[in-house]
Amino acid sequence: MKKLRTYFQLPDGTASDIAGQLAVKTKRLQRRLAAVQHVFAVMSGKGGVGKSVITANLAARLADEGLSVGVLDADLNGPSMARLLAANGEPLRVTERSVEPAVGSAGVKVMSMDLLLAGEATPVEWGGPQSETFLWRGTLEANTLREFLSDTAWGNLDYLILDLPPGTDRIAPVRDLLPTLGGVIVVTVPSELSRFIVGKSLTLSREMGIPVLGYVENMSGYVCPHCGEVGRLFDSASVSFEDVPRLAGLPFDPEFGRETEAGRPDVLRRPDTEVGRGIRVIASAIREHFEGPRS
Amino acid sequence: MKFLCVDCDAQMASVEKTLPGDGTLALVFRCPACEREIAMLTNPMETQMVNSLCVDVGGRAVPEQPFELVRSQLKTGGEDALRDMPGSAEPTWSEEAEARLGRVPGFVRGMVRRLYGEWARDRGIAEVTLAMMDEARSDLGLEGM
Repeated sequence: MKKLRTYFQLPDGTASDIAGQLAVKTKRLQRRLAAVQHVFAVMSGKGGVGKSVITANLAARLADEGLSVGVLDADLNGPSMARLLAANGEPLRVTERSVEPAVGSAGVKVMSMDLLLAGEATPVEWGGPQSETFLWRGTLEANTLREFLSDTAWGNLDYLILDLPPGTDRIAPVRDLLPTLGGVIVVTVPSELSRFIVGKSLTLSREMGIPVLGYVENMSGYVCPHCGEVGRLFDSASVSFEDVPRLAGLPFDPEFGRETEAGRPDVLRRPDTEVGRGIRVIASAIREHFEGPRS
Repeated sequence: MKFLCVDCDAQMASVEKTLPGDGTLALVFRCPACEREIAMLTNPMETQMVNSLCVDVGGRAVPEQPFELVRSQLKTGGEDALRDMPGSAEPTWSEEAEARLGRVPGFVRGMVRRLYGEWARDRGIAEVTLAMMDEARSDLGLEGM
């Protein structure tokens, strides 16, 4: 049989030039994020731990400190950041080469799948063949994330925060897209099950060389509205992870959650509650990590 | 993916792309030496896998548009979710072409207008017509639009 030349022996730059097209996307992403000082992600691994509510308050707090902040809602199928930051309502303006982000509480810039969907109860549904969608859906979602990052006109930002969906593996595509990802904050609740799952996220982050800024223990207790005594919500009083600093413990505060869910990040209105103080401590820790000690 | 003409030991070049409208794709490759042609046909699943990368098999006819992937793939996008701002030096649209564009879902319409507009502008065409849309559709990957 005639000896054939192999793939790498043929020249690149054919009409399709798929590799070239992908390289253009990577360059566009790099150019877009060149004006962003620091990028970090808030993740958990486990769902239902209050990660997005914390992200919204953290973003609002950093913006309230005079910083320019953007939030990318990386939870494409369960988006919440536009609602939590009151950034929904107006159509997004599309210019020749970018899409203007929505602007929410405290001036935080937001990009979220929620801003593109037809209605409140509308789920994300993709075109294409509807059988065996697992074959292409992951690729499509990763590229959608890339598009959100690279096509949004973020402008100059001090901080871009990514709110990741639940799932221990969700950090991997983000790391691929953003080699300059500055770190992650991990949210947990003080339960053995959460510790078990969140621990896997931490291991994966470490293995990928992503700095772990610390963990936040949400729902660390319950403040009685009548007597002020703090009671336990979970059997464990606290969880810990080896070599990972605990940034703060945030007790369950119904008003904090209710206000934030209504698009009013509670840290702006009540910065001195137990939870508000915790959010401020986390914001300070983030700034110290990225900007160095502050006087 | 590359195609090699075994007889000539020459890399084949893509020369024509067709989107029949059923989710499949047909791409014709020609050997530059002997001019032999072959067609690569993909089924809807294979086409979708390529679409998911947001790359254009056969090469891009015009630059990629903002949010092109999500706009072309999301079925449940809001009619009024996006507001496309006018670009510079846009061609005019014939009444019939405008009417056809009006049938495109609102979530995608602005992007489709821009894609046809840029295709026309690159070729020095002053007016977008139905005939021009028919000619450009496969180039732009705008199946059914």
